[in-house]
Amino acid sequence: MTYFPKAALLVAALGLAACTSPDRFGDGQGGAGAGLDTNAPTTSYAPGSADDPASVAHFQQRVGDRVLFLVDQSSLTAEGRATLDRQAQWLTVNSDYLAVIEGHADEQGTRQYNLALGARRANAVMEYLVSKGVPSSRLKFVSYGKERPLEICSAEACYAKNRRAVTILSAGLTG
Amino acid sequence: MHTRLGLSGLAQMVLALALMLTPFMASAQEPLRLTLDSGVVEPMPYAVPNFVPESSDAMVHSENISRVIADDLTGTGLFREIGRDAHISTVSSFGAPVQFADWKAINSQALITGAVSTDGTGRIIVKFRVWDVFAGQELGEGMQFASTADGWRRLAHKVADQVYARLTGETPYFDSRVVFVSETGPKNERQKRLAVMDYDGANVQYLTDSQSIVLAPRFSPNGDRVLYTSYETGFPRVHVLTVGDVRSRILQANDGVMSFAPRFSPDGRTVVYSLTQGSNTDIWAMDVASTATRRLSVSPAIETAPSYSPDGSQIVFESDRSGTQQLYVMPANGGEAVRISFGQGRYGTPVWSPRGDLIAFTKQNEGRFHIGVMRTDGSEERLLTASFLDEGPSWAPNGRVLMFARETQGAQGASALYSVDISGRNLKRVRTPAGGSDPSWGPLQ
Repeated sequence: MTYFPKAALLVAALGLAACTSPDRFGDGQGGAGAGLDTNAPTTSYAPGSADDPASVAHFQQRVGDRVLFLVDQSSLTAEGRATLDRQAQWLTVNSDYLAVIEGHADEQGTRQYNLALGARRANAVMEYLVSKGVPSSRLKFVSYGKERPLEICSAEACYAKNRRAVTILSAGLTG
Repeated sequence: MHTRLGLSGLAQMVLALALMLTPFMASAQEPLRLTLDSGVVEPMPYAVPNFVPESSDAMVHSENISRVIADDLTGTGLFREIGRDAHISTVSSFGAPVQFADWKAINSQALITGAVSTDGTGRIIVKFRVWDVFAGQELGEGMQFASTADGWRRLAHKVADQVYARLTGETPYFDSRVVFVSETGPKNERQKRLAVMDYDGANVQYLTDSQSIVLAPRFSPNGDRVLYTSYETGFPRVHVLTVGDVRSRILQANDGVMSFAPRFSPDGRTVVYSLTQGSNTDIWAMDVASTATRRLSVSPAIETAPSYSPDGSQIVFESDRSGTQQLYVMPANGGEAVRISFGQGRYGTPVWSPRGDLIAFTKQNEGRFHIGVMRTDGSEERLLTASFLDEGPSWAPNGRVLMFARETQGAQGASALYSVDISGRNLKRVRTPAGGSDPSWGPLQ
């Protein structure tokens, strides 16, 4: 019966993955990872909260689920690599999870080019995670180009946050 | 999840019978002609008195049809309507002699007269003549068109197309449709639907719902199909939709890849598109019937936005192989590509003119976006627009007008469709019920 809660989590997370709600592109506070872990009743944190090291919320808020890019660049910054090192470590420990890496561009560019640029960014993240030992079979990437900005002002302060690759977790490979 | 929103508005048309009511008068004079390549500055004045209703139930149509004809002609920026308030003559019957002196007196160089009748089965019949007022004779022959009642706008566009063709010598474009992405909602929650409309923004019909992001629809050469990119599967994939029954299917379905930026070949049998594998985006071609695919570009750079030359022998596309987005031309079967853009800034979304003479593009330079045109060898670049974000030109079927999307700046930014003459004049917004982007102008119907 140990795996039953995980199966429930799987269903919940798959439901989330199939959802195209803008919530997905937000700060990840939309209830992802609300599953209960019956194996950890003695800890002092609320299961599923950001304090729970096995939770999606923890991945999003403490590990860091995204890396940012310079204008028209798809190479990883030092800060980005540090984030991805933590992601790789987390994914190695939490080996139940699959991830889709979503690449994005800011609005300063033509639509098709930005799609390809977002793919380059997402792929750079994916290749880095694989180089750190995450099996490529657990990873996919997709680009949204400039279709899903997080911030909507037309200034570098917003553009900088929109040029991103976000690692979206989904459960899988259970049991 | 195929959407099936019926295209009920497609009117049945029976067309184009020359009337031959009056013998054509030969003339020693040059016919009235507006030459577009000589840099027209002064629009030609014309008058279109209300078409004569030949039955009481034709009255509403005669008013509407006359107005759409005038909107078409005046909307080109090439013609200036002399309003009815200034008319001296009234036209009370289609067969009555034209009082040329009255039209000369108000300096109406061209005159369009017509009549509208109904045949008792719900069909509308419109007939018209075009007159060269100062020569005192008819331009071409009278013609008539017939349609079901819901096709009255097409009847008007057909008449205006004839007038445009006779007065400019160019092929016309009013009776054409545009497929585009209808947009609602703020930037970070934008809802996108495929839609099709008349070239002037009328008769909008939706082809998809807003469940999935849809991008960059492209008409087939004869307008029967639309290629587009949809996130229906969670990944961008090229889809093809049949306009008649509004059914769509995935054209490019390989797992683990993204496909986008599709466009038909001039014969409609091949689709070129971009395929992303790993970090590399290349141009591929697919035979629509067999679905056999072939890779056309092999650079590790981003190659996208392919567009065929009208003879099908070449493809223009964009690549950042030089470090920034630039335009290249390669043989349609792949092979060596020649760079054609060398100006300041970055160039994308090239589209070959249906006349074969020009390539339209989006240019990004010093924080501004432009729609421009250049010769197919890259020479004689001309920028037609400038704004915060202009993007994605599409050619009118006669290669004289471009439609594109303009997105405004800031948190409230929204996208709308605009058109501009290739002279750079007559920039204007195309009226759509919601926002719009990615227009693709279909063929003359």
